[in-house]
Order: sequence, then C-alpha cells, then structure tokens
Amino acid sequence: MAWDWEFTINEVLPQLMEVVYITISATLVAYLVAMVWGLVLAFARRSQFRPLSVAAYWFVQFIRTTPPLVQLFFIFYVLPRYGIALTPFVAGVLGLGIHYSTFLSEVYRAGIESVPKGQWEAATALNFSPVQKWKTIILPQAIRPVIPVMGNYLIVMFKETPILSAITLVELLGKAQIIGSETFRYVEPITLVGIFFLIMSYGASLLFQRLEMRLDLSKK
Amino acid sequence: MVPIDVIAHIFDRLLPGAAVTVQLTVLSAILAFFLSFLGGFGRLSKFRIIRFVSAFLVEFFRGTSLLVQLFWLYFALPLLGLELPTGLVGILALGINYGAYGSEVVRSAILSIPQGQTEAGIALNMTPGQRMRLIILPQAFRTMLPSFGNLLIELLKGTALVSLITIPDMTFEAKSMRTNAEEYTLQIFGILLILYFIIGYPLSLLTRWAERRFSVGRS
Repeated sequence: MAWDWEFTINEVLPQLMEVVYITISATLVAYLVAMVWGLVLAFARRSQFRPLSVAAYWFVQFIRTTPPLVQLFFIFYVLPRYGIALTPFVAGVLGLGIHYSTFLSEVYRAGIESVPKGQWEAATALNFSPVQKWKTIILPQAIRPVIPVMGNYLIVMFKETPILSAITLVELLGKAQIIGSETFRYVEPITLVGIFFLIMSYGASLLFQRLEMRLDLSKK
Repeated sequence: MVPIDVIAHIFDRLLPGAAVTVQLTVLSAILAFFLSFLGGFGRLSKFRIIRFVSAFLVEFFRGTSLLVQLFWLYFALPLLGLELPTGLVGILALGINYGAYGSEVVRSAILSIPQGQTEAGIALNMTPGQRMRLIILPQAFRTMLPSFGNLLIELLKGTALVSLITIPDMTFEAKSMRTNAEEYTLQIFGILLILYFIIGYPLSLLTRWAERRFSVGRS
C-alpha cells in the first residue's frame, strides 16, 4: 500500500488541522495546572508543619513513579462513580497537570534553594513581611535560573498529550485513529501526526535555546 | 467497606500482568541501554556524516512522541507490508524512544570528563580505544548512573502505554477487569497504581542513592 498524496493533502491534513487547537490548548492548560499546583506542592514541602510537608513528599513520590496513563484512567473512570463527572478535556488536563506538577515542584525547590542565604537574611534585616520577601526578593531570583528546565517540561508535556486519546479526547492522535478506522489507511494520518510533533517540539526547543541565550542565564 | 477477598482477587488477576510489565521494562531497558551508547558515541564520532545521522535519529525519536511511534509500528507498519509480533512492537518502540533519551545522557557524561584526562591518556601512549575504555568510560559511567535510573523509572511508566496496543500488561488487565466489574473501579485502578509504585519506588531510592554515592568529592 503506497503513500497516497491526494488522500493525505485533501482528506487527512484538513481533518487533522481541525483538532490541532485541542492538542495545543490541552498542553497549555495542563501546563498552567502543573505550574500552579507545583508551586503549592513546593511550598507545602517546605512547610514547618510536619504532617503537611510529609504528605507533600509522599504525594510527589507516588504521583511521579506511577504512569500518567493510569492516573488519567483513575480520574476519568473513578471520579464519576462518586458524582464528579468530568469531560475528557478537563480530566485530561487535570491528570497531565497533576502528574507534571510533581516534577515542577522539584524544579521550584531547586530554584528556591539556589537563592543565597544572604538574600534571605537581608530580607529579614530589612524587616520585610513574608509576602514582600517572596515577591520581591526570593521568587524573582529563584525562577530565573530554572526557566530552561521549565521550558523543557512544556515540551515534554506537549509530547505526552497523545495519551489523552486513551480517555476518548479527540486530539491529533485520536483523530488519526478515527480517520484510520474509517478508511483503513493508517499510514498517512499517523505519520503526519508524528511529523507534526517532531516539527513543533524541535521548533520549540530551538526557540527556548535562543530565549536562554537572550536571558543570558549565566549572568548573575 | 470492600471485602478483603475482592482486593485479593484483584491482586490475583493483576499479577500475571505485572510479570508482563516487568519483562517489558527489562527487555526494553536492555535495548535502550545499547542504543544509548550507540547514539551517544555516534554523536561524538570523528566523522561528520555519522554525527549528523545520529543527531537526526536522536532528534527524530525524541521528537515524535512515544505513543505516536507505538501506534505507527502497530497500525501503519503492517499496511506497509511488515507485520511484527505485538510484543516486539512494544519492546522496539520503548527501547528506541528511551534509547534516544539515553544517548544524550551518554554524550553529556563523556563530554563532562575534563580534557586533561584525554591528554594524560595520549601522554601515556594509549590508543583511542584504550583511552575510552580505561580512562573516560569508567569515570563517565558514574555520572550516567543517576540519569539512567531516572530514565528507567520513565521507561517503567511508559510501559503502561502498550496496553493501548493490546499487550496484556498490568494496565491492560486492569482495564479489561473493569469492564466486567465497574463497581470496583476505584479498587482496581487504586491497586494498579500501588503496584506500579511498589515496582518504581525502589528504583527511585536506588537512583537517589547512586546520586549521593557518586557525587561524593565532586562539586
């Protein structure tokens, strides 16, 4: 079965273009969930209140060593039994977001710990309130050096979105499967999806490299 | 409350799947390990063409997403005339994908060895092969271990995807069990997650141990 260009350009490509926005918006919303929940986890882990920091530790350990696919199944199939029915999109961004929040929380932690002790002491010496201290001194310095790693996780999450097709979200791979089962031609749709992911993730990584140089992160 | 025998029954049903998961992890890890070195050395080759080809392959397999690769091998390849056994498809996709990530680990670890070590090898009149085998690799290997550990955990998590191409791993068994016993969905997926954690957590402890052990005396 040879590659059929007419089928590819006239049928597969337009149908895939229709759902590109789902893949991209799922990535961005899941990333937002991961950034916010990751920060919560990072603070919980640093908490003086021990039960909270221990709970955050085990939450992070458990979520990051178990497969995101199974976590998605859990959210998508278990929660509705207890009255919380989520659409595939919401379940998907929650699942992916929570999974990667555990990685981002470690990234934040590394960033926070990289702020020199003198900076904390200076904040105390200047009688800054905790909110002032974090907002004006610690976080600006903690986030800058971890920007490249954060960018990398955005690309990782983008490449992970095809698993959302397993909870019936019709994103790129889900659409490719539908086209395949309707026409019995799987080669063109799945190949196109692969090429799309390659171009997007490679392009994004080049973009982040340039951004990294622009920010000149080696400079203190 | 759930009767204890329900949980025991779920365990019983999931254990054969767990064996498949472990087998898949081990076999694809072995493949990924070899490919990591092949790719890593390829990207450091003297010859431009080998460097270019390996860089292209590594970017290709890292960039196209694991599940898309699995589906391509499972759905598309047979239509092009090559039908592989499903188990082999799983091992190949996982091994190649994580091998591509591993090759970056190998490459950066080798590059992290100070130039002086190579120069010392030259001064001692060692051949390039001897330098790599006796001087560079033993040092680089320790830097690779923690990253390999993390990749192994990622690989273990990645094996769950093969359930989507009908390989009867733990996740596949759990999903098919659920279709006949929806009232126990929570227990089935809960136990499934715990089983993954039981396999994965020791790996993560080992990785952290290696990280501490091999960073002694290094800044």
